[in-house]
Amino acid sequence: MPVEVRLPTMFRGDAAGQASVKANGGTIGEVLDDLVRQFPRLGGKIVTDDGTLHRFVNVYCNDEDVRYLDKLDTKLADDDIVTILPAVAGG
Amino acid sequence: MARLDSILDLIGDTPLVDVSRLSPNPRVRLLIKLEGQNPTGSVKDRIALAMVEAAERDGTLRPGQTILEPSSGNTGIGLALVCRVKGYGLKVVLPENVSVERRQLLEIFGAEVVLSPGAEGSNGAVRLAEKLAADTPEYAFLYQYGTPDNPGAHYRGTGPEIWRDCPEVTHFVAGLGTSGTLMGVGRYLKEQNPAVQVWAVEPPAGELVQGLRSLDEGYIPPVFRDWGGAELLDRKLIVRPRESIEWTRRLLDEAGIFAGLSSGAAMAGAARAAADADEGVVVTLAPDGGWKYLSTGAWTDPLDDVVERASRIIYF
Repeated sequence: MPVEVRLPTMFRGDAAGQASVKANGGTIGEVLDDLVRQFPRLGGKIVTDDGTLHRFVNVYCNDEDVRYLDKLDTKLADDDIVTILPAVAGG
Repeated sequence: MARLDSILDLIGDTPLVDVSRLSPNPRVRLLIKLEGQNPTGSVKDRIALAMVEAAERDGTLRPGQTILEPSSGNTGIGLALVCRVKGYGLKVVLPENVSVERRQLLEIFGAEVVLSPGAEGSNGAVRLAEKLAADTPEYAFLYQYGTPDNPGAHYRGTGPEIWRDCPEVTHFVAGLGTSGTLMGVGRYLKEQNPAVQVWAVEPPAGELVQGLRSLDEGYIPPVFRDWGGAELLDRKLIVRPRESIEWTRRLLDEAGIFAGLSSGAAMAGAARAAADADEGVVVTLAPDGGWKYLSTGAWTDPLDDVVERASRIIYF
C-alpha cells in the first residue's frame, strides 16, 4: 500500500531531488525501510543502526509526531501522509 | 490590583477566558489563558523576570552588566523591559525574518539587536549567541533554551494559576518553542492530577528552515531533555500557517480575542484535543496579543496572501 512521504530539503539530494515520494508499508517502520530500499543514501539518516529514529529527525503521520503514537510501529492507512522534518529550535 | 511599586509587578496572574463556543465538541469546554495581558504583551515576560532574578541571586549577573540572549523576539522584548527597569544592558540575537514589530519593540526598549541569518531560523540565532558568549565572557548568558528558570517560571507561576482557576482541567495544549511552557505547566498539572493530558503544538519549522545542511545542525532544547519532555508529552502535532491564521481570525471574530498567530496554532491544537475527547475541559494558552502581527495582514488581507507571508516569518 503506497503512501506519500514528504522529505525535508536536506534529504532531497539523496532522493533524486524529489520533495515527495511514494513508499510502501503498513507501518511507519515499513515505509521508512522501503524508502531506504529506493534511496540507499538515506540509510542510517532517518532510522539509526540501532533501529530507532535519529534524535534530530521527527517523523509525522498526518502531522502527528509518531514518537507520541506507536513510534515505528504506528499503523498507516490509505491516503496517510508521512512527513519527515529535522528537529529545529523555536522560541 | 490598583497601585503597584513597579511595572514588573504586573507580570503573571493572567486571565483564563472561556471560549467553549469555539469547541467542536459540545461535551468539551475550551478555555484560553491570555498571556498578552503581561506588560510587554507576551508570556515571555514571566521567564525574563525569573531568569534575571535567578542570575542576580546566584551572582551570574552583576550590576551594570550586559545580558546576551538568542530570541525570535518575545523573550528578547521581555528581557528588554526587565533590563530597562533594573539597569542592565541587553544584546539580543534575532533571526532576520521575524515580524517588523518584534524588532521595533526591542529597539524601543533599548536592546541592541544582532541579526542572524533567516534561513537558519532560531537554530542560527542560538548558534551565533553561543559563539558570542564564548568569545565575550563578560556577557551574562542566561540562555532560555537551557536554564531551569524558564520551565521553573511556569512550574511556579503559570501552572498553579491554571490549577487555581480550573482544577477540572483534563487537557493542556500549548505551543512548543523552547518547551518551557509545556515542561513547567505540564509537570505541575500532572503532579496535581496524573490523568491530565499534555499536548504540544508546533509550526512546521523544519520545513521553513531551509538553511540546515545536515542533521548535525539539528537542535533539541536542553530544557526539553532535562525536564523529560519525551515522557511528559502525550501528543505532539504540527499546525500549519493556514490553520493557525484561520484560528487566529476565529478567536477575534467569534470570541473577541485579539491574539498572535501562535495563539491560533494553539487553538487549532486545542480544538483537535476537544474533538478527540469524549468529554472534558481543554485549557490552552495564547502566548501573545495580536499587536506584533498587524504587518502580516492576518486579519485584513486575503488568506492566501497572509499564509504566504507567514510562511516566510518566524511567528512562534
